[in-house]
Amino acid sequence: MPSSDPRRAIEAVWRIESARLVAGLARMVRDVGLAEDLAQDALVAALESWPRSGVPDNPGAWLMATAKNRAIDLMRRGARLERKQEELAREVGIRLALDGAELEAALDDEVGDELLGLMFVCCHPLLSRQARVALTLRLLGGLSTAEIARAFLVAEPTIAQRLVRAKRTLRDARVPFEVPRGDELAARLPAVLEAIYLVFNEGYAASAGEDWIRPALCEEALRLGRILAALAPAEPEAHGLIALLEIQASRAAARLAPDGQPVLLLDQDRNRWDPLLIGRGLAALKRAEALPGPLGPYGVQAAIAACHARAREAAETDWVRIAALYDALAQVAPSPVVELNRAVALTMAFGPEAGLELLDRIAAEPALAGYHLLPSVRGDALARLGRGAEAAAEFRRAAELTANARERELLLRRATECDRGPDLG
Amino acid sequence: MRFMMFMYPEITEADWNPSAEDVAAMGRYNEELRKAGLLLSLDGLHPPGEGARVKFSGGEVTVTDGPFAEAKEVVGGYWLIQARSKEEAVEWASRCPGQDCTIEVRRVFEMEDFPPDVRAAAEQA
Repeated sequence: MPSSDPRRAIEAVWRIESARLVAGLARMVRDVGLAEDLAQDALVAALESWPRSGVPDNPGAWLMATAKNRAIDLMRRGARLERKQEELAREVGIRLALDGAELEAALDDEVGDELLGLMFVCCHPLLSRQARVALTLRLLGGLSTAEIARAFLVAEPTIAQRLVRAKRTLRDARVPFEVPRGDELAARLPAVLEAIYLVFNEGYAASAGEDWIRPALCEEALRLGRILAALAPAEPEAHGLIALLEIQASRAAARLAPDGQPVLLLDQDRNRWDPLLIGRGLAALKRAEALPGPLGPYGVQAAIAACHARAREAAETDWVRIAALYDALAQVAPSPVVELNRAVALTMAFGPEAGLELLDRIAAEPALAGYHLLPSVRGDALARLGRGAEAAAEFRRAAELTANARERELLLRRATECDRGPDLG
Repeated sequence: MRFMMFMYPEITEADWNPSAEDVAAMGRYNEELRKAGLLLSLDGLHPPGEGARVKFSGGEVTVTDGPFAEAKEVVGGYWLIQARSKEEAVEWASRCPGQDCTIEVRRVFEMEDFPPDVRAAAEQA
């Protein structure tokens, strides 16, 4: 018995096994909703029998066998699924005949493929972004509907409905349950990467003292990103994404002051960056770079993050390289926000005039209208040029635009500093 | 959350080096942890006899080189993993292909676990 509290021990097993379980079942029954129900039934069976019998030696196999038997029962009753019955019974027979390491070895590749298949189904193009994220957390993260609702500050019935609708969409469209290959893989991987990235950002955007569930999202995203990179090692962007997330996560302890105020990257105490995560991130970036082809958007962003991570002090930052990387990013993933960041890098690398020139070019960009970082970045360049009054006005405008109360305080403080005199920093 | 899993093998120093089978089994386990996305780092340690002890007693430092006659429980290695609960870490520890050994599961301190005065001291450091 692995723990004194059987229920919590079973929940822990569930967290570990549920994704593989749902993935294996979904491949069999071709319906993630049904697969999830079958997996839940197996969990209920475990909650009934394990407290008496103890957790079995291979709890994953126990849960899978239980769920498959239940699937066979269902199919025996449902004429609709008759054709599948024989195939399924044969498969269960084969699996039960194998045992231990032999079984594990036989299933290892297949399980990996099933998990990867589940990731692609959860992030299917038929689903909205929000639905992809919710389904990924539910089926791959094993989070409850209530936990997802708390994480995204949304009412529980909203999430429940979102999940039901997503599963129905997938079933109605008879979405094939497999890992896409070749060109299709290239076309669909970004949606999977994006879902993981969104989970991370949701957690990362939370500030200290908030609900524990939101920081836990970062860990979940890291876990999913690492799994993806292990399952799709030939995809540079899988390594690029996890590199980016590991390096961003390494700054978690430094990015908020004790009073909860955000600390800007260049002002952070780098001694508080987590060297373990930085090392992991740099290693993942190296793997992305070692693969053929240029880095994709996540890989380039990771390379930028790596420049910061490698600098022991803010003053040692290789801004020329960062500016070049933003240039590369503007090629592979052009967007006004990237241009904005490029302007920051240009300011740092070649002086505020270079940054301002680009800022003036993108100032009329509709996508940036109302975006607080545009005046904020402009304010910074102006302050460096000693144009304090103009800088203060930009910071005030940025403060008006931001929705984040703490960021507003920070911007207003900078405006006041500019009022006091030229910022030579 | 992070958990450190310390491995205490019940073997003598003479048998310290693991066999090829042991290494293969442990390798599969480590790979499972890695594929689950929660292995942060791991290391195996040379036997304590090759190490040293630095003992502080009333502020006095004494260094003793191994081997140590009275050594009973000695760490053979560790894993650092990310897990969502102690139970999950314990479940992973119990999947280790160990024969005769103990794995101690310990949660890693995070800054949030400390009271404000300790955090402030950490800020100063």
